[in-house]
Amino acid sequence: MGPILEVRDLQVSYYTDAGRATALAGASFSLNAGEKLGLVGESGSGKSTMALAMMRMIKPPGRIEAGQVIVDGVNLRELSEAQMLQARLNKIAYIPQGAMNSLNPVTRIEAQMADAIRAHDKQTTKKEIAARCRQALESVDLKPQVAKMYAHELSGGMKQRVCIAISILLKPKVIICDEPTSALDVVTQRQVMETIDRVKDQIGAAVILIGHDMGLMAQFVDKVAVMYAGRLMEVSTVREMFTDPKHPYAKALINSLPRLDNKGVFQGIPGLAPSLLRLPPGCPFNPRCSQAMDICRAVIPPSVTLEGGRTVACHLYADKV
Amino acid sequence: MSLKRIVGRLVFLVLVIWAASTITFFIPRLSPRNPIRERFAELARIGGFSPQDLEAIVASYNTKFGLDKPLWQQYFDYVSSVARFDLGVSLNKYPKTVIDLIMESLPWTIVLLFVTTILSFVLGNLLGAIAAWPRAPGWLRSLATPFVLLMGVPPVLMGVLLLFFIGFRLKLLPLGSAYSTGMVPDWSSLSFILNVAKHQILPALSLILGSVGGWVLSMRGMGVTIQGEDYVLFAEHKGLSGFVIFKDYYLRNALLPQVTGLALALGTVVTSNIVVESLFGLPGLGRVLSQAIQANDFLVIYGIVLFITIAVATLMVVVELLYPLLDPRIRQE
Ligand SMILES: Nc1ncnc2c1ncn2[C@@H]1O[C@H](COP(=O)(O)OP(=O)(O)OP(=O)(O)O)[C@@H](O)[C@H]1O
Ligand code: SF4
Ligand SMILES: [Mg+2]
Repeated sequence: MGPILEVRDLQVSYYTDAGRATALAGASFSLNAGEKLGLVGESGSGKSTMALAMMRMIKPPGRIEAGQVIVDGVNLRELSEAQMLQARLNKIAYIPQGAMNSLNPVTRIEAQMADAIRAHDKQTTKKEIAARCRQALESVDLKPQVAKMYAHELSGGMKQRVCIAISILLKPKVIICDEPTSALDVVTQRQVMETIDRVKDQIGAAVILIGHDMGLMAQFVDKVAVMYAGRLMEVSTVREMFTDPKHPYAKALINSLPRLDNKGVFQGIPGLAPSLLRLPPGCPFNPRCSQAMDICRAVIPPSVTLEGGRTVACHLYADKV
Repeated sequence: MSLKRIVGRLVFLVLVIWAASTITFFIPRLSPRNPIRERFAELARIGGFSPQDLEAIVASYNTKFGLDKPLWQQYFDYVSSVARFDLGVSLNKYPKTVIDLIMESLPWTIVLLFVTTILSFVLGNLLGAIAAWPRAPGWLRSLATPFVLLMGVPPVLMGVLLLFFIGFRLKLLPLGSAYSTGMVPDWSSLSFILNVAKHQILPALSLILGSVGGWVLSMRGMGVTIQGEDYVLFAEHKGLSGFVIFKDYYLRNALLPQVTGLALALGTVVTSNIVVESLFGLPGLGRVLSQAIQANDFLVIYGIVLFITIAVATLMVVVELLYPLLDPRIRQE
């Protein structure tokens, strides 16, 4: 059985007054059913853009310029608008960044679950809808009473769970969680991550977790993708990423993590992330890279697949294919 | 919603009524004119009685209306009668009471006020919401523009323009009054009701045309903010149809502050209503008020002002008490 999700050369640009900013420059990766991918990168590196592009929800001035998103054998980019409307939540679900405010403040939770079901399944009876809502709430460890509540009556963690419950209502093949834990305390973060893990197993979906917290990622995902200036610099398994990162940027990220032996001192990466409007020629990381070579300042490194299937976009590995 | 809140609002309402009645009591006393004397002086001039008789009549009426009592007692009597919904008598149309005059004219005012306010609120907010909705077709979004251009044209000016072009030049609609002369008022006859409705079109239009734009602008601003809200974005990710998102996620939320705006706008709405009524010669509160002003019939003037103040304050409190039904976050507090 092939991968449930395949993203190929996905490219997105925002056409701003200051010029064209390519926030996603040809991203490719694939995921199997039940697999979890952690997508990390600095703020503005294009994580949300990639997720929105997969949902076909990039809005002007942004535009999806190239690439394919294949979910369960269907290329989402070839669907009509109406078909794409049906595919959302049904094939691929996205829980937005800021799930704290993702629930309608003036209607009950059940109404926000029911409209989602009805949008995809006109035939469903009221009874079935209620049963499916209860079931979804149960799988995220929420009491059935939550259905009757309003968003402001829920804690941050509960709201996040409700969003997860909504996202699994139609048993999608792919679930994308954009920074699901950033506004939560440590204990709740773990609970939410465990919830995501469990519902993933229940419905057998592939999960993409977007986040900054490499430590939390390390415990919950199978693969890690490191993004920089709109490019996937390295995609490999968690073990490979944490024990033997290949890409110089990935190495710097891993080394900057607080550890017990360096007493939690955050080292950081020298230099600033480049503006998408003024990217340096060649590898976008070259001004900050300690291993930069001449070719790095002239040619954009292609993504190469190393043994074991990990991919790296760096000239250091270009000849090792 | 808590009982405390309701009680608080009601106390506020009583205070407003008290303050308004105090003001309406003292302001007419600042004028040196005496409407009783003026009325009988008029009669005396036409012929009938001597200046001595006039003084005697005026004095007896002063006693009858309590105008000879000390001011503090008059004030006390006035406030306590207001509390009993007794606004006194018309000095000009005695023995009619102020309440009589208000009740006779009120239905005309209420119908016009109700219809125009609701129509302009609904139309303005709908057009404004659509104008800010990027997925609506261009022609639909631009429907709001003419109303924005007409915004701020005072209802009276709008009324004069409508009267001139549609009533006078094109002769499409009647030039004024409540119904055609010669018609006998009969609310069970359809032709009478239709005749009245025809006479209401221009007054209603003069009130609506200029006020829709204000709702359009505030709603459009609100709409732009709401569309960027995370819950609207999540609704799109759920694959909901544009219509459902528009109705349940976008409009519902954008309307909340508009309802507060409606409560605040009521005062202005009532005033323009009165002005337009006088312009079109409708037998509503506006005409009673302008007749009373000409006759310096001060109990009527201040009775109507007081009545309007109380009505607007009450409506504002009602809107505010209804607000929690729209917004569950307030219901909680
Ligand atoms: N609507 C837009 N118009 C113009 N530029 C945009 C728009 N949305 C995003 N961008 C740009 O695209 C780039 C990627 O943004 P994106 O939101 O995908 O980053 P991110 O990795 O999700 O960051 P964060 O961690 O802060 O959420 C940024 O440089 C941003 O400035
Ligand atoms: S391509 Fe060159 S500059 Fe870029 S990360 Fe690799 S070595 Fe560094
Ligand atoms: Mg983001």
